[in-house]
Amino acid sequence: MEMNQDKYSDLTKGYDQDSDKRGNIPAESVFEEVLPNVIAAKSNELFALARKSSLWTLSFGLACCAIEMMSAHMSHHDIDRFGIVTWPSPRQSDVMIVAGTVVKKMADPIKRLYEQMPEPKWVIAMGACATNGGPYYRSYSVVMGVDHLIPVDVYVPGCPPRPEALMYGIMELQDKISSDAKNRANLISKKHLNNEN
Amino acid sequence: MKISENINESGSTVDMLINMGPQHPSTHGVFRLVLQLDGELIVDAEPHIGYLHRGSEKLCETESYSQVVTLFDRLDYVANLNSELAYCMAVEKLLELQIPDRAWYIRTILCELNRISSHMLFYGVYGLDVGAMTPVLYGFRERERIQSLFEQVTGARMMHNYIRIGGVKEDTPPEFNENLHAVVLELEKAIEECDELLTQNEAFLARTKNISCLTIEDAIDFGVTGPILRSTGLVEDVRISEPYGIYDRFDFGIPIGSTGDCWDRYYIRMQEMRESLSIIKQAIKQMEPGEVQAKMRRIVRPPKGECFVRTESPRGDLGVFLVSDGSQNPYRVKVRAPSFANLQAIKHMLEGVYVADAVVILGSLDIVLGEVDR
Amino acid sequence: MEDQANKTTALNAASQKLLGILPSILNQPTLQYRTNIDELTVNLPGDLVHTICKILKTHTDTAFDYLTCLSVVDYEDILEINYHLFSYTKRHKMVLKCELKSTDPTISSISNIWRAANWFEREAHDLFGVLFEDHPSLDRLLLPDDFEGNPGLKSYPLHEYKEW
Ligand code: SF4
Repeated sequence: MEMNQDKYSDLTKGYDQDSDKRGNIPAESVFEEVLPNVIAAKSNELFALARKSSLWTLSFGLACCAIEMMSAHMSHHDIDRFGIVTWPSPRQSDVMIVAGTVVKKMADPIKRLYEQMPEPKWVIAMGACATNGGPYYRSYSVVMGVDHLIPVDVYVPGCPPRPEALMYGIMELQDKISSDAKNRANLISKKHLNNEN
Repeated sequence: MKISENINESGSTVDMLINMGPQHPSTHGVFRLVLQLDGELIVDAEPHIGYLHRGSEKLCETESYSQVVTLFDRLDYVANLNSELAYCMAVEKLLELQIPDRAWYIRTILCELNRISSHMLFYGVYGLDVGAMTPVLYGFRERERIQSLFEQVTGARMMHNYIRIGGVKEDTPPEFNENLHAVVLELEKAIEECDELLTQNEAFLARTKNISCLTIEDAIDFGVTGPILRSTGLVEDVRISEPYGIYDRFDFGIPIGSTGDCWDRYYIRMQEMRESLSIIKQAIKQMEPGEVQAKMRRIVRPPKGECFVRTESPRGDLGVFLVSDGSQNPYRVKVRAPSFANLQAIKHMLEGVYVADAVVILGSLDIVLGEVDR
Repeated sequence: MEDQANKTTALNAASQKLLGILPSILNQPTLQYRTNIDELTVNLPGDLVHTICKILKTHTDTAFDYLTCLSVVDYEDILEINYHLFSYTKRHKMVLKCELKSTDPTISSISNIWRAANWFEREAHDLFGVLFEDHPSLDRLLLPDDFEGNPGLKSYPLHEYKEW
């Protein structure tokens, strides 16, 4: 430990090492806890952990549900707690929340936005309209659910869903991401075996 | 406007086309604007709408009269109760129905609260448009407050289906008055707070003062209504000039602007919130217990005929043209949406301004695409 | 409540006055003026619409400066176009109605009188297939360009709901 302390002495200068007040942890113990330890994990599960903890959503409001989506992002519900950051460009975002009615005129732009998003990408269909047409299921100009255009991972029912429901949907997506990583590892090894044979 | 117009043969400078939308953070929904730029100046602008055309008017013809209310909820999804009110008033006009007083007071209080929450959304989003991050957090804080009050009364945060033909769905819960008092007090403070935060901000003034001044003649000719019309200095508010419901029992003012620029449009909305609060306070004082639903048949079947109703929604003159053929379903419902007419003027407003102001001007119109496209 | 009921079911004073002066201003002896709930209503033949709108807007006694709404109602073989007019200065309102045959729905555009009519007419063209002559750009407004048919018409079918 002596060596460590010397090596990192300039980094630990800022800390008051003698103080034992709470919140002012001596730097030594931090290094003791973190540095000597080794984390062993499958790489894809580790990546999944990173991915699910920082989902950037494409800020993309279509109709009424967008207002509830905005509410979820704002002061009262504060979805930032889950690492959700809304981002206006598809090129840097991971999740597309389709919040609202998808009409036929908007179908092509939605597909293009989805294609512009880098892999890995996920889609949440928010509200009855994006799920299956909702109140407009008989309309001549509405696409009966966004899953006719792009693959959807999580459906959030409601018209509009409450912000809490959207949060729950996002938590489900996070579960899906981590469990997918596990399942996918199995899948890949199976495939590998099959190819060998 | 076609791209081919831009082929440059002489080697001189050419106009540039910029496509804004349909997915763009400051178009407030799915709205597409094609701008033709000469350097920094906008030469021409071509708005494209219809990315949210859900065919509500046609769907109304297949639903029964009382079911249509739900579709109206989803037209102007920022001020749902105001659109419900317009439709119910149209049916009641055909039925020649007398609405109980208490129902009118509840309607008025909720509609004015909805006007405040709609303007709060405008306040926040407009802040974002001009580059201020904080106002939107304050605006949504107040919206949350109003929405939870709505939830106590109507059972839903946004899509209420509370104003029904002949009155309202049910009487308010017993703790409503107390909670309303609390919300009104909070709002009073909050409006002042919001006002101090943004209105006289130097940067905000620079972005909005004297931008896109609209004259009264142009505004009227384009059919522009609501705060944007009042910002040009015309004193016009359907609640006062053709009072519907019980608005003639309240004493409130119509804030007007002088130049018709973006700042006036913004500030009128701030003042309207104060006026709405004063209406609510008067209504609480005057309200008495009583019936909330008129006596009528369960199946609504208005006589053959047609009528047109104008109401003042937060965005302007919301009209409903209703044709009945005596059956259970409306024969035709036409919504005269204020945002639709207001948005029409954007082409005129954008000509000759700097491209950086385009977002500020569009934001000041406070459009709701659900209403524009229907 | 009593006088309120009267207010909504009769012409207001300004519109009464309008009814008095309108025949002499328009100078069309064939026109019928009737009252529908609280609005003065006039049925017009299609070829008169443009001239009468022009008079109604420019004449100082009518001064209809605000086109509130333009709507189309489909009565199977007849398309009825409704113009709801309002005057901010005189504070009166009226409705013009014009019936078109649905086989040949052509009428002259009023978008050069009120600029507000521009999008209303495009919408009517889009949903009902009404042709407005001399309209600056009569394209589809709400529906995509490659959409076929006019869905506002009663004859246009709605989706039937299918279970997937
Ligand atoms: S699900 Fe309901 S709230 Fe959401 S977009 Fe559709 S109609 Fe609007």
